[in-house]
Amino acid sequence: MSFFDTVRIALRALLKNKMRAVLTIIGVVIGIAAVTTIVSIGQGASQLVSGEFEALGTNVVLVLPGQTRRGGVRQSGAPTLTAADSDAIGRDCPAVLASSPIVGTAGQIIYGNENWNPKEMQGVGADYLVVRNWELEAGGFFSNTDIDSNAKVCVIGQTLIPKLFRTINPLDETVRVNNVPFRVIGILKKKGANMVGDDQDDVVLMPHTTVRKRINGSPLDTVHAIMVSARSTDQMGKATKEIETLMYERHDVGPTDEADFSVQDTTEIAATLGIITGTLTLMLSAIAGISLLVGGVGIMNIMLVSVTERTREIGIRMAIGARGKDILRQFLIESVVLSCIGGAIGIALGTLASMGATMLINAYKPGTDWPMVVSIPAALIAMGFAASVGVFFGYYPARRASKLDPIDALRYE
Amino acid sequence: MALIELNDVRRVYDLGEVKVHALRTVTRKVELGEYVALIGASGSGKSTLMNTLGCLDRPTHGSYLLDGEEVVTMNRDQRAKIRNKQLGFVFQSFNLLNRTSALENVELPLMYGTKIPARERRDRAMEMLGKVGLADRYHHHPSQLSGGQQQRVAIARALVNQPSILMGDEPTGNLDSKTSREVIELFRELNEEQQITVILVTHDQNVARNAKRTIVLRDGEVVEDTEDFLLAKAALEYDPMLA
Repeated sequence: MSFFDTVRIALRALLKNKMRAVLTIIGVVIGIAAVTTIVSIGQGASQLVSGEFEALGTNVVLVLPGQTRRGGVRQSGAPTLTAADSDAIGRDCPAVLASSPIVGTAGQIIYGNENWNPKEMQGVGADYLVVRNWELEAGGFFSNTDIDSNAKVCVIGQTLIPKLFRTINPLDETVRVNNVPFRVIGILKKKGANMVGDDQDDVVLMPHTTVRKRINGSPLDTVHAIMVSARSTDQMGKATKEIETLMYERHDVGPTDEADFSVQDTTEIAATLGIITGTLTLMLSAIAGISLLVGGVGIMNIMLVSVTERTREIGIRMAIGARGKDILRQFLIESVVLSCIGGAIGIALGTLASMGATMLINAYKPGTDWPMVVSIPAALIAMGFAASVGVFFGYYPARRASKLDPIDALRYE
Repeated sequence: MALIELNDVRRVYDLGEVKVHALRTVTRKVELGEYVALIGASGSGKSTLMNTLGCLDRPTHGSYLLDGEEVVTMNRDQRAKIRNKQLGFVFQSFNLLNRTSALENVELPLMYGTKIPARERRDRAMEMLGKVGLADRYHHHPSQLSGGQQQRVAIARALVNQPSILMGDEPTGNLDSKTSREVIELFRELNEEQQITVILVTHDQNVARNAKRTIVLRDGEVVEDTEDFLLAKAALEYDPMLA
């Protein structure tokens, strides 16, 4: 019997029992819709969460100087990195979003008769805020011109405001950092504590040239570290490779030499993140999978009923020349047709449901921008899944039908 | 070579504790173009013999040559093909597919087996329905047809693949005497005009009388095989307990 005839007969058989077919299909619809919705929402959640993690700095790579060896004593912090290295990394590595030199210092900041020792006092480059994914609350950031001219300007974090200024607007006020006067040109937005609990807002940022020359008084033209951000967490590995290649070249490091720098990334955090979201999606999919299983059992149940009911029909078909495999195919296609119709409706419903869920989340939690993810491959996989549910749960009843004895089947009342 | 050659055919049903000998031994030949009635009391083995001849059942012993081919050793698919190509069945309860038009019922045997284009299939089925006088009822479902009409659809279905043998299992059992006569007449026509071999199982003496040869079975064995219906009738009514 041709495939076309078989499908036609299957459809006709299903139409004879419309109510039953519809109820069976609903089982599959629920399963497939649940899978589609959960996979889609799961992917949205995972994108949202990785976006949040990037804000925490999971896409940041640190380039640190190599070690010094003085009389057998080794320590890190050799003067090997320069601001020019940082510029080159920012310019020549495609996977790098931005790069900034870091020159650290410590000391006291004084305004009027108040003083404070900030946790972090750093000289940085003009792209530092891009690297840290940080924004300004007010004012501006220092430019490359300020950096070139060793300008005495600074940008302060939120923690400093109550300590030093109380109710005064800090912008354009002059503070003294280790007795060097600096003008406050910008205020950072609140960032809160980092992952180990340090207050990230207890910070003063200055041009790295000014810190090096006017505060640290260093005769060397080197920086303590270079902070780099990759374009996304996914591109961390690529960015690290590119930085290493570029730095080997710039620092003339041969294949056998020991590098005078090292690159540290935070991929461990990114990997953890991947595990978290992956586990979450897997768990939800397993729950959705169970409802698909229930739908499949529904198909099997109905097909078994149908085979029993139509025993006589099977006998007639066999008597006039249907082979076992013709009968098998007829019932199998019937269950696949059921599951595929259910699958198609389920995907449509699931897509609608995930769109609705996305809209609800975005409406009730202002500020979140939950992305709507409808992936075509996921829909195709769901469809394939539906068809295989039909084959899997339809096979046993179909096989039972094909193994019937024609005489017994004809005698069946 | 005969169309059908049965040689020491036996059929034993193994019901666990007891073994039922439905056919003890049957050795018989049927030539092409014959019109045979199988008669006997219930339990005489005539249905088993019919199922065996119809390739629905396999004997447990012996040999069955159909058109020179051994059926006993064939597998399920091969026997399905024989039923499709060489045999046509007509049953007591018609056995048409419900909620399926007369035309599609007749088309059914053409769907299994060798591929035939849908248009040709339809034409052949229509032609067959015309021959049994139901061309104008082709779109009716079985429930919309009388018993006699249903049986004629079944006969059209049995003949659509041009088989060499038409088998009837009590074909008039569910019909009134008038339509019975019509169906018997149709069988005779098919046999005489188209040389189709007809083998019927029947209780109905009128049907059996119409056949050219009658085989009488008792307790799984042939007790009479004659062209004289009166002899067959005597054999059927003979009671060994009274003798």
